[in-house]
Amino acid sequence: MIAQIIFGLILITAIYLFSKNAGKIRRNILLGRDVNRSDRPAERWLVMTKVALGQTKMTKRPVAAIMHFFIYIGFIIINLEVLEIMIDGLFGSHRIFSKPLGDLYGLLIGGFEVLAILVLVACVVFLARRNIVRLKRFSGTEMTQWPKSDANYILIIEICLMTAFLTMNAADYKLQALHFGHYIKAGSFPVSSLLGPILSSHPSTLAITERVCWWFHIIGILAFLNYLPYSKHFHILLAFPNTWYSNLEPKGEFTNMASVTNEVKAMLDPSFIPESNGEVARFGAKDVTDLTWKNLMEAYTCTECGRCTSVCPANITGKLLSPRKIMMDTRDRITEVGNNLDKHGKDHQDGKTLLDDYITREELWACTTCNACVEACPININPLEIITEMRRYVVMEESQAPVSLNNMFGNVENNGAPWKYSNADRFNWADNNGQ
Amino acid sequence: MELKVPTMAQLTTEGKEPEILFWVGCAGSFDERAQKITRDICKILEHVGISYAVLGTEESCTGDPAKRAGNEFLFQMQAMTNIEVLNGYNIKKIVTGCPHCFNTIKNEYPALGGNYEVIHHSQLIQQLIDDGKLKAEGGESFKGKRITYHDPCYLGRGNNVYEAPRKVLEILDTELVEMKRCKSNGLCCGAGGAQMFKEPEKGIKDINMERIDEVIAINAQVVAAACPFCMTMLSDGVKNHDKEQEVLVLDIAEITVRANGL
Repeated sequence: MIAQIIFGLILITAIYLFSKNAGKIRRNILLGRDVNRSDRPAERWLVMTKVALGQTKMTKRPVAAIMHFFIYIGFIIINLEVLEIMIDGLFGSHRIFSKPLGDLYGLLIGGFEVLAILVLVACVVFLARRNIVRLKRFSGTEMTQWPKSDANYILIIEICLMTAFLTMNAADYKLQALHFGHYIKAGSFPVSSLLGPILSSHPSTLAITERVCWWFHIIGILAFLNYLPYSKHFHILLAFPNTWYSNLEPKGEFTNMASVTNEVKAMLDPSFIPESNGEVARFGAKDVTDLTWKNLMEAYTCTECGRCTSVCPANITGKLLSPRKIMMDTRDRITEVGNNLDKHGKDHQDGKTLLDDYITREELWACTTCNACVEACPININPLEIITEMRRYVVMEESQAPVSLNNMFGNVENNGAPWKYSNADRFNWADNNGQ
Repeated sequence: MELKVPTMAQLTTEGKEPEILFWVGCAGSFDERAQKITRDICKILEHVGISYAVLGTEESCTGDPAKRAGNEFLFQMQAMTNIEVLNGYNIKKIVTGCPHCFNTIKNEYPALGGNYEVIHHSQLIQQLIDDGKLKAEGGESFKGKRITYHDPCYLGRGNNVYEAPRKVLEILDTELVEMKRCKSNGLCCGAGGAQMFKEPEKGIKDINMERIDEVIAINAQVVAAACPFCMTMLSDGVKNHDKEQEVLVLDIAEITVRANGL
């Protein structure tokens, strides 16, 4: 009975804390500008099903794709087991599904165990790729101590959870064979039964092992849940809405700024009266709150895998720009803005901005807008949109474009071409026939 | 072939409407190398007997480099002025010689009032081949040559046009070899996003050199391009590698013209 109360309290606390922190992230995301990403729902469900659920974009890197698939499928399916653990914990039962499910239960447990060992192996491989093989993709200027530790913590926690799960089952299986207490026969335990020899054969030691692993496993899962909002691992939740709200237009298409359309129309036609919403917005983005909520959601969705940076032509050739850093900076800054809001209230200014304090102009100007980063992201994150918005701020609000680009603007404006040629010569190519 | 390039202004005074408008673009109008490609596109149009016209001096920059560089004002000024000209001539269909013009007019003009069917010249050539109007005969033989194709970002990733330019090369009876980074994984030439008009930021290498390394790695004799900016970057890369004798950079249109002896 006491165990049930303790379990109930831990569960309620864990859920409460998680909702509070997830709610903060939601609030932070909604600090962004509005953008309509709810049109064409049928297409959106399809994109989410393919990209997030089906993980189609992961296949470009087959080794990572297979390993990641094990962990992903293990995470989803083993959660069925967590449901049973919750019920057992709250009602003091033991393997409550084993009776009603009969033979199917044994099959399910067998499946969970196979997945658990696959998850374990995949996590070990991933740890090795990061810390022994040291894949280039996992390093870079933005991959400082915390992002690297974060990745390792996630993998180590998952290894511990799976180990506890398998040890728990192994002890349970042994106790079943001994017909000890309430440990009723519940399937064949294909993986954990192999662990039998390394466990004690003393029933009471086995029962303690089983209980310790049970508590470690479930408290571990609840603790892990609460780690998510502080970690890149939040992608396991946001990947789904993030792909649902994907940009459905061709990648080459950049948004047309409606505020500019109004001004240009008024310039070309003095009788044009723009519809004003009374809000004087900034052109482009200086800080994170100038970005859209979708940009901010993407920042929280990024799991820092570095596929974007590894295909970025600027980064490959040694420039400062790293699309992953753009996403991480955006996330860190919006989190900072959110924390300021909590600590100092709405009107507090910390004197910092995304531009200059986080992302330098040198990074912004190195981008070729080639869309390789957008294409590479397995969950449809778009670093290019943030870069473009920041360029817009630098050019239109500050007039601080590089000199050569200002010359190009001047040429386009005066000669109708980015080079200094007279418009009158534009058709000369047709005269030099065959030369 | 002696070219007679009709302008919209001329055709309108004659009371004629062409089937398609050829949007030449700034590079195609002013850059010497790209001018040659422009003339080749005209040769192809004349060869198959499509009625076409260009805007001539009435054409102006689409605003693409301004937009990518963040100058939305200038982009929309250019766009609206161009749309006025295009709508004034009642233009329905446009072929462009540049993926940047193609992307901008096709995707970014509609919301500003410019609605046209827009294709890139590689798509036009592919359609002509599919319709049996264009073959690869009567000209230079590319048989047995190792040809690779460099995907321009705004044609490939930007608009998912990967197959049309490859079809144009497939009829040449050559050995089409792909670079390690191709199609949706294609590596940028380094000119996009207004990089064409500025010096690159500090780094360890120029992007076009990185790309040409890949061309050399697969021993290609011809790199096919479909964008005037890629053309400049790739040609410079080949030159800097001292490989001008070994590697030829040719546009899809130039290859078509050569293969047909136009």
